Amino acid sequence: MPAVTIRGKAFIAGAYEHPLRVTGDRTIPQIHADVAIGALADAGLTIGDVDAYFCAGDAPGFGGISMAEYLGLRCRYIDSTETGGSSYLIHIGHAAAAIAAGKVNVALITLAGNPRSGGAGPGGSGAVSAAPESEFENLWGANVVGYYALAAQRHMYEFGTTSAQLAEIKVAASLHAQHNPNAFMRNVVTVDEVLESPLVADPLHRLDCCVITDGGGALVVVSAAVARSLPRASVKVLGHGEAIKHGDNGKTDLTYTAAAWSGPAAFAEAGVTPADIDYASIYDSFTITVLQCIEDLGFCAKGDGGRFVTGGALVAPHGRLPFNTDGGGLCNNHPANRGGMTKVIEAVRQLRGEAHPAVQVPNCRLALAHGTGGSLATRVGSATVILGQAER
Amino acid sequence: MSALPVRAPHRTTETEPFWAACAEGRLVLPRCDRCANYIWYPRLYCPSCAATDVSWHEVSGEGTIYSFTVIRKGAGPFAPVGPYVLAYVELAEGPRLLTNIVDCEVDAVTVAMAVRVVFDPAGDSDALFRFAPA
Repeated sequence: MPAVTIRGKAFIAGAYEHPLRVTGDRTIPQIHADVAIGALADAGLTIGDVDAYFCAGDAPGFGGISMAEYLGLRCRYIDSTETGGSSYLIHIGHAAAAIAAGKVNVALITLAGNPRSGGAGPGGSGAVSAAPESEFENLWGANVVGYYALAAQRHMYEFGTTSAQLAEIKVAASLHAQHNPNAFMRNVVTVDEVLESPLVADPLHRLDCCVITDGGGALVVVSAAVARSLPRASVKVLGHGEAIKHGDNGKTDLTYTAAAWSGPAAFAEAGVTPADIDYASIYDSFTITVLQCIEDLGFCAKGDGGRFVTGGALVAPHGRLPFNTDGGGLCNNHPANRGGMTKVIEAVRQLRGEAHPAVQVPNCRLALAHGTGGSLATRVGSATVILGQAER
Repeated sequence: MSALPVRAPHRTTETEPFWAACAEGRLVLPRCDRCANYIWYPRLYCPSCAATDVSWHEVSGEGTIYSFTVIRKGAGPFAPVGPYVLAYVELAEGPRLLTNIVDCEVDAVTVAMAVRVVFDPAGDSDALFRFAPA
């Protein structure tokens, strides 16, 4: 246990997922405002209560500065840490640290984007084209699916993982998504249907991939004093870990992610183990992303992920590790090509007992949310948070 | 020359010797003068020991496929070429490089396959490094 900890010092008081998956002509700042208002209303707070603002690379213009003006925020704390889709889990950790240090009381975190309506492809914005590594990666026709396929292929080679095992992950997500009226894909799929869907980048099929959606989400993280003053129960932040894994001077290893470091840090801070987790939201840009993170987070040994996910282990409410009960990025929502925010939102629903009754984990007391930003084949920013059941 | 698209790489003061060598049909990597590690991707800084003195050394061009994927439909310049192979090749000297596997059927590629560097001309004064079955 670290001598100084965020454990129990901060609370998620508000969480809001934009209901739309196609936002049409709404601008990205408008969507940020939609979700900010939604999460603050969920908490019983207003824009005027916010004293800290967190956003990532999806925030337009000058990031936090532009959005603070658009939203009319008066903040004394700002953080625009950018690690792709995992950014928002890192923001929770940083917000909790700022709250634990007594600097702020009400932190707002927002995500918004419109890749579906805006015509952007999957993956990032291309803003990293001037990166020092870019000319050694951008000449080969690589794409986002291909990068994850490289990791899947190596995992199969080293551990005997199969496409049918990866398909089990999509099947579980689809079983959950059928209960979510807002999910982009609500149809239940079978292992065979995943395997019969077209190969996009071997060995990944079309149905191994997440959806492309517009929308966004927001969270409100508050101090204990604020949490006590609010009308409804908040979710307790128990632990957080973040880490970056990269090419390490030509030693790229495709078999694990930075979850191998962010996970243990989060568990240590929370004082719990993987066996204690009742529900897990695990970023699912692709099926292989889930499989590797399940191993890296310690839910099974490295290489055993394929066997672990087989036989309904991920299916709520009674599987061994109920996961992504909103349907996840694989079926429900992957707003702005960034799936970390919605991972936290569904974990909050589970801990509040507000998930769909068909997938609500009975007496869900301890949840994990995990994000993977960047790309498994090159460099990733991973973040893990462990959250505890709402208390009054 | 393979059938895959080429464009001239953007050279910087840090990567000029690398691309100049490619244009001459040689694969050269920076190596740290202090810890003797090869450096990948090329830069004038050693991420293994934080040294800034590096020298350029020609490597064998031989390696094995660490992982690969067949991208079924590319985008941009790769859109018209049909399925192609994106791969990590592990050089005999150690570093793992992202590249294409060329000069063979996409379905014939396997992990651990032995490969050797080939150079695709990109205009009059540049070339890209790709790999073909050894």
